[in-house]
Order: sequence, then structure tokens, then C-alpha cells
Amino acid sequence: MSASDVTTAASRAAALEPVTVTHQAASEHPVAPPATGLASPASILIGSVGFGVIFLLAWQFLPPALGVPSYIIPTVSDLARELGRMVQRENLMVHVLSTVTIATVGFVVGSLLGAAMGYVLGMSVFIEKVLSPYILGLQIAPKVAFAPLFIMWLGYNAWPKLIVTVLVVFFPILVNVLQSMKTVDRDLINLARAYSMNRLQIFWKIEVPASMPALMAGLRIGATLAVIGVTVGELVGGNTGLGYLITFGEGQANTAMVFNAIVLLTLIGIVLYAAVAVIEGRVLHYIPRAMR
Amino acid sequence: MRKTASVLDLIAVTKRFTAPDGVSPLTAIERVSLDVRLGEFVAVVGPSGCGKSTILNLVAGLDRPSEGRILLNGVPVEGPNPTVGFMLQKDLLLPWRTIVHNVEFGLEARAISRAERRERALRELQRCRLSDFAQSYPYQMSGGMRQRAALARTLAIEPAIVLLDEPFSALDAQTKLILQKSFAQTIAASAITTLLITHDLMEAVIMSDRILVMSERPGRIVEEIPVDLPDRDNPMARISAPRAREYVDHLLASLHLQEKAA
Repeated sequence: MSASDVTTAASRAAALEPVTVTHQAASEHPVAPPATGLASPASILIGSVGFGVIFLLAWQFLPPALGVPSYIIPTVSDLARELGRMVQRENLMVHVLSTVTIATVGFVVGSLLGAAMGYVLGMSVFIEKVLSPYILGLQIAPKVAFAPLFIMWLGYNAWPKLIVTVLVVFFPILVNVLQSMKTVDRDLINLARAYSMNRLQIFWKIEVPASMPALMAGLRIGATLAVIGVTVGELVGGNTGLGYLITFGEGQANTAMVFNAIVLLTLIGIVLYAAVAVIEGRVLHYIPRAMR
Repeated sequence: MRKTASVLDLIAVTKRFTAPDGVSPLTAIERVSLDVRLGEFVAVVGPSGCGKSTILNLVAGLDRPSEGRILLNGVPVEGPNPTVGFMLQKDLLLPWRTIVHNVEFGLEARAISRAERRERALRELQRCRLSDFAQSYPYQMSGGMRQRAALARTLAIEPAIVLLDEPFSALDAQTKLILQKSFAQTIAASAITTLLITHDLMEAVIMSDRILVMSERPGRIVEEIPVDLPDRDNPMARISAPRAREYVDHLLASLHLQEKAA
């Protein structure tokens, strides 16, 4: 009896009489995984971690082996050493705290303003039609390019960075909320109207909750953009933050410092994104996980 | 005499819509007159696009007639009316609310206390045999159960008349039968006045007291058929009655479906 015969017989039997035959099939094939099924979560995790380890090992040993000097590509141990030095000599924690604060505040303010504007435009077809070409224009304009302007206006302080961050977060959230307001099921609105609800009740009871999935998607995008906004702000002006450390490291030809700043910025972005994902899980609890 | 007991009257109602080209108006329904008496279950059947749903929107007060009058308990319909409950093919449950909270939805525009609202919602859920699912979310329920929850929400406002716009047409054949029976029992037990809009001829026969047949657009009422069958509260009993088949055959002839198929 060939292996494929066994599998076919077992699966056929399992479909008909799951209880009695599964046992038999299991004893014949102690570790037979489903033929075309997905890999188990454990093996996916092992694969992911394994890939990361191999990548770091390659980073550590490949450049020296190929004769690449460490001021071009510093090894992982170089980065770790430099990180320790940055903490002691460069006040790294102050810079990290500054970047985290501006990214978070900018993200929250930008989200609130973007969502509020989205709801206002969604409530009024007239205003939306009047403003839509300008919104489209501003959405396309590279917001980070405004950073030098804000510095000229406001000086070398936290404000330009904050405003750039707010600006980059603002638009995707505005657009997502507005889009969702325009696509709320008309029948739901008619139902609310038939129940004699007024415009404000329809807004709070139907439109706002219905826009939550789109708002959450916008927040996810905004969380990643916030880090870009603050980084550009710090790159262009100022003497604090991880973006500043990138330019500082660049001036000293300290590649390890630049790498470390990039890694830390990425980590900040991941934390912000994860926080949004947690909030989304709470807010959208009524949507089955598989459909999110 | 008959007028005094009627809950809903349409008197020579015409509804025209502006066509997409903006010039020639499209007449959805033309001089439609009908009445639904207290506790009666009336079904409206007709070909698709005959303006069945236009009637529903007009009665619900979401749209105004171009000509003619609509009276609810003798009072002209001027706008959305708290005494009309309606249900569509879609259950229109709010996915972010629990079932009991959904049932409360229709009461939220009214000046009643939160506690009383909850109490009434729970009572309706009991009437629709959904008490065990009060705290469930819509995604956790089957299509048939969701439609029953929608009925509970509709009944919670204690409407003078319930408008059903093809409420079973999105369901599979067996769920449909079960739900028709469930609806029929609930409606009969509470003597709720009902107007059912449907394209399902058998559904009209097994659920209603009277059937109104509409023509193609512009929709007019071309025939009125009283359904003289027992067991209005049990469609499953009616479906196997030989005379139900006769009514369906009559409707087929009335709608000229045989000629169209040929």
C-alpha cells in the first residue's frame, strides 16, 4: 500500500467517521502533517527567529571577511559598543525621550485634527466639495519639505518638528475618515431617520461608529508616518533627537551612530504601531478577527 | 365602515422620480390605492421594478408622494413616523452593538428612561425567542437569527404597522421556511398589522390575509386576492394545503409569467 493510498483512505475515513478512524490513522502515521495545510505557529516562529539570527550573524562576520572596513559597515558588536558609548557620552536617553515625546504628541494631535476635519467635511457635502481640490493638493504635497520653512518661522526648537509630524499624520487620517463617512450604508441612515433621529444622533450613533475601521486603518498609517515626520524635523534643524544624532554622526563619519539612531527610530515606530494595534483590537472587538 | 378600522390608507398615490437625463420623469407608481386594516396581514407582489419598495419608502415617510394621500390611522404622513416599523432584506443590525442594544436603537430618539428601554428590548427579544442572545454581537449569529433580532427591534417601537420589504429573500430555502413560521407566529400572537412586500408568490400566499398584485412600471394595483386559507399563523401548514397551490397558479396567471417565460 503506497503512502498516497494511505493518506487518501485516512482522509476519506476521517471525513466520514472522525472519532474511530483518526486514532487508527494517527498510529499509522505518527507525525503525518496535513498534506497541504499551513505550517504550525511554532515552526513559523522558529523560522522567523532563525532568519533573524542568521541575518545578524552574517552582518557580524561577512563584512570583515570580505574586507569591508568598519567605518563603512560596522558589525553588530561595533553597534553595541557604540550604543553603550552613546548612552554615556551623548546623552542618548535625552535624545530618545525627545523623539518619543514629539512623535507621540504629534501623532495624537495630528490624529485628532485629521479625524475632526474628516468628520466635519463628511457632515457637509458642500464644504467637502469646495475644499476637496485643495485637500487633494495638500495631500500630494511632500509635507516633510515644509520642515525648513517652519524652522525659518519658528526657530531651532521643538515646534517645527512637532508641526511637521502633525502635518504628515493629519492627511491620511482625514482622508480615511472622510471616505468612510461618504460610504456609510444609506439604509442604516434611513433606518435612523425612520426612527425619527436627528442629524446629530445619526452622526453619533451611526456615522462615527461606522467610521471606526477606517479611522483605525488611518491611525496605523499615521503611526508609521509620525516617526518619519519627527525624524525629518530633527534632521533639518535642532540639536536634540535621534534625527539630530544622525546628522551629528554623519558629520563625524560615525556610521555606527547613524545605524544605531536608525534602529532606535524603527523601534519607536514599532512601539507606536503596536499601541495603535492594541487600541484597534479593543475598539473593533465586534469584528471577527479573521475579517480585520 | 371599512375605513374606520383601517390603519394604512393610500389614496390614488403617484410617485415620479426625475430621470437621470433630468427631462422625462420616471413614474414609479401610478394612482395606487390600498388599505390595510387593523390586525390584517397584506402582501404586495409584482414584477421587479414595479415600485414595491417605493410604496415602503412613502409609507415610512422617507419620501413624499407626487400626488395622492397617505394616511396612517387617518392622519396624513408628513415625514418619518414613529408608528411605522420597517424591515428590509438586510437586517441593518449595527455590528458594534449587542443584540439587546440593537433592539433598543429604535427607542433612543424617544423620551424614555434607559432602564425602561432595556426592559422593553428584553421583552421583545423574549417575544422573538432570542433572550439567550441578548448579549451576543450580530457577527456571532446566523442570518435567520439576525433577521429575528431585526424584527424584535422593529416591534420594540410598538408600531401601528410593520412594513416588511422582502425580509426573507437573502436566506436559504430552509431557513426561510423556519423564519416565515417564526414571524407569522409572532405577528399573529400580537395581532400586528403588517404589509409585506415580496416577489415570492408562495410566501405571499402562505403568510397573508390578502394579496395585492402590481403591474410592471408604472406600478398599479391590478388585482386584489383575499386568501381564504386557515392557519395564517403557521405558513408550514399552509404550504402543504392543496389550495395554496391554486392561489399561486392564479398569481402566476395574473402576472402573465407563463407568457413571459415562453
